[in-house]
Amino acid sequence: MAVGALLGLLAMRPAAASNWPSVLARARGQHVYFDAWGGSERVNAYIAWVSRQVAACCDVTLREVPLEDTAQAVTQVIAEKAAGQNHAGTIDLIWINGPNFDALKRRGLLYGPFAQRLPNDRLVRRSDPEIRYDFTVPVDGYESPWRTAQLVFVYDSAYVKHVPLDIRAFPAWARRHPGRFTFPQVQNFLGVAFLEQALYALAPNPAVLLRPVTPAAFAQASAPLWAWFAQLRPYLWRHGREYPASGPAERQLLEDGEIDLMPSFDPASAAAAVLAGRLPKSVRTVVLRGGTLGNASFVAIPYNARHKAGAMVVANFLLSPAAQARAGEIRALGGPTVLDLKALTDAQRARFQAQAKDPWMPPPAALRHVLPEPHPSWAVRLAAAWERRYTP
Amino acid sequence: MTGGVTLAARAQRADDGRRPRAWLRHAPRITVALFLVPIGAGLLGTALPAFGWLPGLHPRHWTLSPWRALWAAPGFGTAVGLTLMSGLSATILAVVLTFGCCAHLSHRPPGRLVRGLMGPILAAPHAAMAIGVGFLLAPSGWIVRLLSPWLTGWHQPPDIATVQDPYGIALTVGLLVKEIPYLLLMSLSALGQVPARRQLEVAAALGYGRTSAWLKLVLPQLYAQLRLPIYAVLAYALSVVDMALILGPSNPPTLSVLALRWFSSPHVQMYFPAAAAALLQLGIVAASIAAWRAGEVLIASLARRWIARGARHSVLEPLAALARGVVGGLMLLGASSLLALAVWSVAAVWRFPDLLPQRWSGAVWHQQAGTILWPLGTTLLVAAAASAAALLLVLACLEQEQRCGAPVRSRMLWLLYVPLLVPQIAFLFGTQVLFTVLRLDGTLLAVIWSHLLFVLPYVFLSLSDPWRALDPRYARTALALGSSPARVFLRIKLPLLLRPVLVAAAVGVAVSIDQYLPTIFAGAGRVVTLTSEAVTLASGGDRRVTGVFAVLQSVLPLAGYGLAVLVPRLKRGPWRAGSIS
Repeated sequence: MAVGALLGLLAMRPAAASNWPSVLARARGQHVYFDAWGGSERVNAYIAWVSRQVAACCDVTLREVPLEDTAQAVTQVIAEKAAGQNHAGTIDLIWINGPNFDALKRRGLLYGPFAQRLPNDRLVRRSDPEIRYDFTVPVDGYESPWRTAQLVFVYDSAYVKHVPLDIRAFPAWARRHPGRFTFPQVQNFLGVAFLEQALYALAPNPAVLLRPVTPAAFAQASAPLWAWFAQLRPYLWRHGREYPASGPAERQLLEDGEIDLMPSFDPASAAAAVLAGRLPKSVRTVVLRGGTLGNASFVAIPYNARHKAGAMVVANFLLSPAAQARAGEIRALGGPTVLDLKALTDAQRARFQAQAKDPWMPPPAALRHVLPEPHPSWAVRLAAAWERRYTP
Repeated sequence: MTGGVTLAARAQRADDGRRPRAWLRHAPRITVALFLVPIGAGLLGTALPAFGWLPGLHPRHWTLSPWRALWAAPGFGTAVGLTLMSGLSATILAVVLTFGCCAHLSHRPPGRLVRGLMGPILAAPHAAMAIGVGFLLAPSGWIVRLLSPWLTGWHQPPDIATVQDPYGIALTVGLLVKEIPYLLLMSLSALGQVPARRQLEVAAALGYGRTSAWLKLVLPQLYAQLRLPIYAVLAYALSVVDMALILGPSNPPTLSVLALRWFSSPHVQMYFPAAAAALLQLGIVAASIAAWRAGEVLIASLARRWIARGARHSVLEPLAALARGVVGGLMLLGASSLLALAVWSVAAVWRFPDLLPQRWSGAVWHQQAGTILWPLGTTLLVAAAASAAALLLVLACLEQEQRCGAPVRSRMLWLLYVPLLVPQIAFLFGTQVLFTVLRLDGTLLAVIWSHLLFVLPYVFLSLSDPWRALDPRYARTALALGSSPARVFLRIKLPLLLRPVLVAAAVGVAVSIDQYLPTIFAGAGRVVTLTSEAVTLASGGDRRVTGVFAVLQSVLPLAGYGLAVLVPRLKRGPWRAGSIS
C-alpha cells in the first residue's frame, strides 16, 4: 500500500505524459455523459461545440445531460452509491464547484486525482488561488478548471446614471430608487454570493471567512451585515418579501423593466444578452471597488463513472488554447481564461488578445481584483440565518 | 321483465362456458404489481429517512429528529398554511365553477369558443401554462401593458406582487386555469352516460329552472363518476411542484417545493427533513381527501332535504351564469397565456410597456430546430408507449372485472391512485434507487415505466366509470345471441365506448408529456423529453426558448385530443359513440 503510494508520487509528472496515449486509446469510441446546469443557452451551445470537436479529434461522443440544478448530479451519485452501483455509474463528467464539489469530495465519491494527468494542465494559471482552491476546499486534482466567473453588477443606464460601487452605499441608493434593486433568493448561489460579498465588506475581520465557520465567528462577522440589511431590505423590489429564483430569472426582470440593477456571476452575461436582443443596449456592467467574489468552474469525474478515459479527454480538451479562446468570445461564454497566457505560444496568445472590448463588458482591469470565495460552510450558515430572520 | 331475466341468465351461462383467458384473469394483479414494486420502494425510500434512516449512506438509529428539524424550519407553518389555502381553494373553486358552468350549459353543449379553448389549455403542460399565466399577471405583464401608459400612466411597471404573492392567489388562478378544463372534460365524458336531456325536459315541465333542475337531477348521478377525478385534482393542487415554483411565493414556498428544495440540496442531512415534509404532504393530502369525503356526506344529506322540498329557485340562474362567465374568463386567460408564449418565441426586442415586440425574429426557432428533434422523438415514443401500455392494462382489468362480475376491490383501486397522492419528488427518489439496482436507470424502459405510474391512473380514472356505466344489456344480448366474450368486447363494447377510450388515450399522452420529475429521475437526465428540456430552460428564465418548447409541448397533446374528438365523429353509423344516450 505504502509502496504503491510512493511509486504513484514518484511517477506523477513523467508518467502523466507517457500514460496519455493509453488514455486516448481507451477513450476512443466512448460515450461521455456530461451533467451540466442547462439553464444557460450559451453554455449549452458551447458544450455542443465542444462535443463536435472531441468527436472529430478523439472519437469521443459527448452527450450533455442538462440539469436544472447541479445538486441533482450529486443526488444521482449518492443514490448510485446507496444502490451499490460502484462501477457502471451513469455520470461521466460533472460541471461542478463549491458546495457540490465539497459534498462529493468529502464522501470520497470523486475519481482522482486526475487533473495532473491531463497534458494541458501545465498551461493552467496555478498562481490564482481560486484555481487551486474551490470555495477554499483544496482542489487536489479531483477537478479540472474550464472557465472563471466573478460577481458583477448590471444596470440599465437609460434609467439610472449612477450605481453604488461599494456595498455600504447600497441602502442609500435603494432608498433613492425604491423597488428597483433585488438579488436572487438565498437558496440560489448568486443570492448567497451577494450576501457573502456584503459580509466581506462589512465583517470586522474578513479573513475568518476562509476558515470553516464557527458559531462565534459567524455571530461576530455577521452582526454588521444584519444592521446593513435592515436598512436595505425595505427598499428592495417587492419590499424584500419576495426574491427572483435565479440570475436568469432576474435578467428577465431587468428586461421587463421591473428593476434597474442586478448582480450577476458572469461578467459577459449582459454583453451576450445585448447581442441576443434580450437586454437593451443601454445596460452596463460594473465591478465593485476593492474587488468582488470570483471562482473557477470545474469539471469532475464521479468515482463510479463508466467512461473515465473519455471524460479525461474532454476535460483536457476544455483546457486547450483553442477551447479556451473560443470560450472567451462573448457570443460563446465570455470572461477571463483559466490559462496562463505566458505559457502559450505567441500565435495562441494572439487569439486571446484579439478579443474585442465592448461597452457592455466590465473594464478588464476591474476583473483582476478577485476575492476568494468563503469556505462553503459560510454560505450554508449565512443562508440558514437569513431564512430564520426573514422567512415569515 | 321476465324476458330480461331470462336473457341475463342465458348470458351468465354463456359467460361461464367461456372462462376468461389466463392472462386476462391476472390482469389486475399484473397491473397492481407494476405499481406496487416501484411505489413500495419509493414510499420506503421516503418513510425510512423521515425517521432517520437512509440506506447505504447513514446507518443511523431510529429518531424523530427529522420531524423536529421540519417543525423548526423557517417558514414551515406559513408553508403549510399556503399549501392548504392554495390547494383547497383551487379545488373548491374549480369544482363549484365546473358544476355551475355545466348547469348553465345544460340545455346545450358548450359553445364553440369554450370547446376550442379547452383543447390547447388541457394539452399545455402545467409548467408552460404557469410561465404564460405568470407573464400575463405580472406587473410588467400583458394585462398591465394593455392598460399602460394611456390609462395607468405607468412607464415603468409598478412594484406590486401580482404573481408570487404571499397568499398564493396567482398559484390558485394558475391551477384553476389548468384544472377546470380537466374537470369539464371529465364531466362531459361522464354526461354521455346520464340521460340528462330527457330528465331536464321533465323537470322544466314541472316548473324547475334550468340550473336547479341540473343540480337536483343530473349532478347526483354525475358526481359518483367525478369523485376520483376531483380527488386527483385535490391531491394535485395540494402537492404541485412546477406551477408552485413559477407562480407561488418563494419565501416560504409551498410545502412540496420546500421538500424539493431540501431533496436537491447537496447536503445529505437535508434529506431527512425533506422526507418528513414529503410524508407530511402525503398526510395533508390524505386528510384533505377525508375531509372532502365528509363534506360530500354532509352536503348530500342537506341537499336531499333541499331536493325534497321542491322549491323552484330563481336565484341560482344568475349564479350559474356568473360561474360560466368566470370559467370563460379563466379559459381566455389560459389561451392568452399560451398565445403570449408563442409571441415570446418570435420576439427579438420586447420591453415594457410595448404590447407587442418592437422587433420580431425567427432566430430562436432556427437555433432550436437542430436540437429539438431528438427530444421530440423521445417524447412521442415515451408518450405512445406509456399510454398504449396503460390502455391495454386498464381495458384488460375492466374486461376481466365484467366477465367475472366482481368489481375491482376498492382497496386495490386505491392503490392505483397512490402515484397521484404521493408527492412525486418524495417517492421518485426511492424509485430511482430501485431502477439503479435493476440496472435500468437512464433507460427508455425506466422512463416509460415511471410515466406509466402516472399515466395509468388517469387513463383508469377517465375510462373506468364510462365503461362500468355502459348498459350491461348490450353485452348480455350479444352473448345470448351466441357471440364470444372477445367478440362482444371488440364489436360491442369498444365501438360503443370509442369516445371515452380515445379520450382516455389522449389523456394518457398528455399526462406523459407533462411529466417532468419522473423523466429526470428514471431517465437519470439521459432521456431528454420536451418537458424536461423546457423546465430546465425555464429555470434559466428565458421566455423565448421556453415559448418554443411550450408551443411544441402544447401542439402534441392537442393533436391527441383532436384525434380523440374527430375519430368517433368520422365513424358514422350504428356504432357511433354519441348514440349511447
